Amino acid sequence: MTTTEKIEKFAKAIRRAAVQLVYNTRSSHIGGALSQADILAVLYSGVLNCSPDRMNDPGRDRFIESKGHNCASYYAALALKGFMNYDDLLANYCKDGSEYFEHVSHKLPGVELSTGSLGHGFPVAAGMALGSKRNGQPFNVYCIIGDGEINEGSNWEAMMFAAQHKLDNLCVILDKNQMQAMGDTKDILCLDPMAEKIKAFQWNVCDIDGHNIQQLLDAFDSFKNCKDKPTFIVANTVKGKGVSYMEHNLKFHYSAPNDDEFKQAMEELR
Amino acid sequence: MRTSFINQLLEEAQKNERIFLIIGDLGYHVVELFAEQLPERFLNAGIAEQNMAGVATGLAMTGYNVYIYSIGNFPTLRCLEQIRNDIAYHKANVKIVSVGAGYAYGSLGATHQATEEIGSLRVIPNMIVATPGDPVEARAISTFSASYDGPMYIRLGKAGEKVAHTEEKLTVLAGDILPVSMKEGTKKAVLACGNILAAAKEQIQSQKLPYDLYSVPFVKPINKEQLKTIVERYPEGLITIEEHQKSCGMGSAVVELISDMYATGELTVYPQIRRVAIPDEFASVVGTQMYLREYEGLKL
Repeated sequence: MTTTEKIEKFAKAIRRAAVQLVYNTRSSHIGGALSQADILAVLYSGVLNCSPDRMNDPGRDRFIESKGHNCASYYAALALKGFMNYDDLLANYCKDGSEYFEHVSHKLPGVELSTGSLGHGFPVAAGMALGSKRNGQPFNVYCIIGDGEINEGSNWEAMMFAAQHKLDNLCVILDKNQMQAMGDTKDILCLDPMAEKIKAFQWNVCDIDGHNIQQLLDAFDSFKNCKDKPTFIVANTVKGKGVSYMEHNLKFHYSAPNDDEFKQAMEELR
Repeated sequence: MRTSFINQLLEEAQKNERIFLIIGDLGYHVVELFAEQLPERFLNAGIAEQNMAGVATGLAMTGYNVYIYSIGNFPTLRCLEQIRNDIAYHKANVKIVSVGAGYAYGSLGATHQATEEIGSLRVIPNMIVATPGDPVEARAISTFSASYDGPMYIRLGKAGEKVAHTEEKLTVLAGDILPVSMKEGTKKAVLACGNILAAAKEQIQSQKLPYDLYSVPFVKPINKEQLKTIVERYPEGLITIEEHQKSCGMGSAVVELISDMYATGELTVYPQIRRVAIPDEFASVVGTQMYLREYEGLKL
């Protein structure tokens, strides 16, 4: 099996686990969890220099999931890679008294930052990247944000800051799934052409298909080879990717699949 | 007060290489020495307080004790959710330092008057809220904050505040209530918070008011035992005074604590308490700090 095939298999496992978690608990936000699954799969397949036995190593790479509502696929990736216990996650996700919050929680192993309110992850990631530069402890910081999330002005403050301070150890990945809570991003606060905007902020920009493993790998290579500029990956994705009836369907920002829909999803993700 | 604080912080930072100062494009003629002497631990984040608070959190997570510095409402209310979610929830080692407490920038208008931030920050879990009353307390709190690992709000005045304490140097612990002027046999005590401390002292002295004076340099926490001792000592009760809205300020914190102690039986007397604070309004006229204190009735 090639590296790409292995990552594709991992991405499918992430999607299956995320759908299972959301179905079990009738919870929300599966659409955005699926759109970022390939990005997570690539990050946790060797891009991110961090492992379960090095969770507190000061030199580890940091990853921040700023789209806190899409934690189902993030938790799935962490569990499948051994950061947290998969069976425990499955049994306790969103359950009373557990710490598996329905938005990303730093109480869980492998998680750097609790998120949920949008526009928080990017500035914190910039601070971590600055910390690495100032204290001479080399590591990279990765942060996934959403294209609804980028409505928040704090992202643009961080955009200016990271470029100003030449944080070339910071990589922001935009999961551009083209939808937000009440509809299509183009109809609410259209930010296209996104890549051109970010380039104008003096970032290294990669505009790619966010479901293409090779393009993702190449974009992370571009980040690692770029000096003096932070990197912004515009990952063009489809909300609900991998389950036909969820794709670009606003309903699955909110709803969990019913019994029949769950069976179909598992068939499609086999 | 701000200069005393920053100079002390520089002294601390020369001994402690974890200290990092970020300004929100403010601090002219205050922060320059720090910036010159420790450029690798200084940064101007620009006029972008949400990002400044987030960056401070990230920096703290890499091992620094980060101070963010700006005027009144800017590093507090402007980025309140970053303070709550990023700094406080994660117990990040970040100190939020505001200058211009209360009406210090009175003539600049309501936008620059910091009269609600104690309340906004003291309700947030994990936060210490410090309100030094004079330059001596500002230095003591600067030293305390340098070795305290966790979120803290430090509310400073501006420049030229009078010294209220007779001691040149103080050591404080979180929650301490500090005696300022005492007389044998006094039956009523004044608790003053922040940069109105010296004015309260002057009024007591010039009008020969029969009150002892204490400074409350921490609105959160307040040392329960020390407060209990004060309540039990003064049969005619307490007056609280602060340059902040009456709601959620130091007076509120004192009343809440006393009420809780009375409810549990830790206190067997419930004192008469008069709270002097801003009566739930924005100052509607231009004025210096002194003028606006008078205008809003902030006197004993």
